[in-house]
Amino acid sequence: MPDVVVEDASVTYHGVEADVLALEHVGLSLPAGEAIALIGPSGCGKSTLLLAMAGLLAPSSGRVTVGGEQLLGPRLRTALILQDFGLLPWKTVLANAELGLVIRKQPAKESRHRTMEALERVGLAEFIHACPGELSGGMRQRLALARALALDADLLLMDEPLSALDALTREDLQDLLLELWRDRGHTSMLVTHSIEEAVYLGRKVVVMTPRPGRVAAVVDNPLMGSAGYRQTEVFYERCAELRALLAAEGALHPDAAAAAAAGGAA
Amino acid sequence: MRAAVRKVVGYLGAIAVMLVVWEVAALVLASPALPGPASGVGQLVAQASVIWPQFIVSAWRVVASIVVGLVVGGPIGLLLGRARRADALFGPLVFLNYPIPKVVFFPILLVLLGIGDVSIIALISLIVFFQILVTARDASKSIPSSSVLSVRSLGADSWQVFRHVVVPASMPEVFTALRISAGTAVAVLFFAESVAGSTGLGYYVFDAWGRIAYGEMFAGILAMAVLGVLLYEAIEFAERRVCRWAQAQR
Repeated sequence: MPDVVVEDASVTYHGVEADVLALEHVGLSLPAGEAIALIGPSGCGKSTLLLAMAGLLAPSSGRVTVGGEQLLGPRLRTALILQDFGLLPWKTVLANAELGLVIRKQPAKESRHRTMEALERVGLAEFIHACPGELSGGMRQRLALARALALDADLLLMDEPLSALDALTREDLQDLLLELWRDRGHTSMLVTHSIEEAVYLGRKVVVMTPRPGRVAAVVDNPLMGSAGYRQTEVFYERCAELRALLAAEGALHPDAAAAAAAGGAA
Repeated sequence: MRAAVRKVVGYLGAIAVMLVVWEVAALVLASPALPGPASGVGQLVAQASVIWPQFIVSAWRVVASIVVGLVVGGPIGLLLGRARRADALFGPLVFLNYPIPKVVFFPILLVLLGIGDVSIIALISLIVFFQILVTARDASKSIPSSSVLSVRSLGADSWQVFRHVVVPASMPEVFTALRISAGTAVAVLFFAESVAGSTGLGYYVFDAWGRIAYGEMFAGILAMAVLGVLLYEAIEFAERRVCRWAQAQR
């Protein structure tokens, strides 16, 4: 599994009116096989950081290295899962799951085998001939995961992958993500809006500042992944701690921020 | 299968209604220029051996034109929609030429290419080309960037993005343009065939009109209508196969 190091990365978008500084001197290190959750106010450059880590966007200054090599473009075993799952509605479930292998021109027979294994793993083997439009939101998310699994991704980058799902499906998929991470030990980075999700799925939780995004704090969360973590005292404490940190960054509504501050103090 | 049955029933119903309207109109007008359906359909059967070869000639011309227009206009339009620099260069050229009625070029085509299949196919292709080009360009321009991004993150090069995203995503719009073009193509076919040459359904209709053979004229009109319907159905059939996913989208 590769480690990922973001060294002093800044990203400037050239807008129509003015340039926008999206990331400012971000330094971040993901040890190999670590699960990181990234949280921060909206517009803080979380997605930008993720795109830079996927090799889809070159930082204006600074650099990103994966497994010790500087990133100059998309990497073979990095899987990126976007909010809308990145599925192509005109391809069947099978073709969508296989797409990464097809694009990377892997041998057809082995690709099919690996894809079917991945689809079975996420419980979609019966639906290979359906189109994404015929699937529920949860199933689409599973399909996006199957694509990453078929690629045998060792670095999984996710941009709010569960935010479009209803609460029950969401918990179900959080458990699936956790299970996959524990089984496979890939390096994982999850961008999320949800404090609970960050605590449930990040062994380290990175808090970012409002734009231009910088790293405000890194919260250790060593008990992440333990059985029934969602119901424990520690889980609530971590959530409260994060809420207070986010409130300090002005990411929460003033009322909520005051409540969080009070809760955090108690 | 049930959809097919429903379609046939729909067509039969529509034909019945049209025959009734035609019969009533013929009775009311009582003009030799509008014979009743019995005469028109009767002539279509009686003249079948004459009309059939003309039908084949016309069908070949219109299908060839649509294929040429699609094969040339489709890819260029899709490319222009994705390549900003090329679009800035060629876009104005397209928009300057798009509104000009291409039929006015027919005399020039006749002089350059001679009377015959080539000039007729060139004229219709030109019209289809612009209709497909403009639609394909808009379609590929409006592809959500998330689709492109997800494929690029898998390591796709420009050609793979084009093949896996741009082409399939634009297909529903291209098919809509194709269906509209098919109607235009048959209309222009009639014009071109009646103006130049001595073959095709357009010529057959115009020739019958000149001989005041109104029954035969209507037989030709009916044959032309059949050609239009067959084209439309063929495009529908292809669309259902290619764009199955678009129906699944809710």
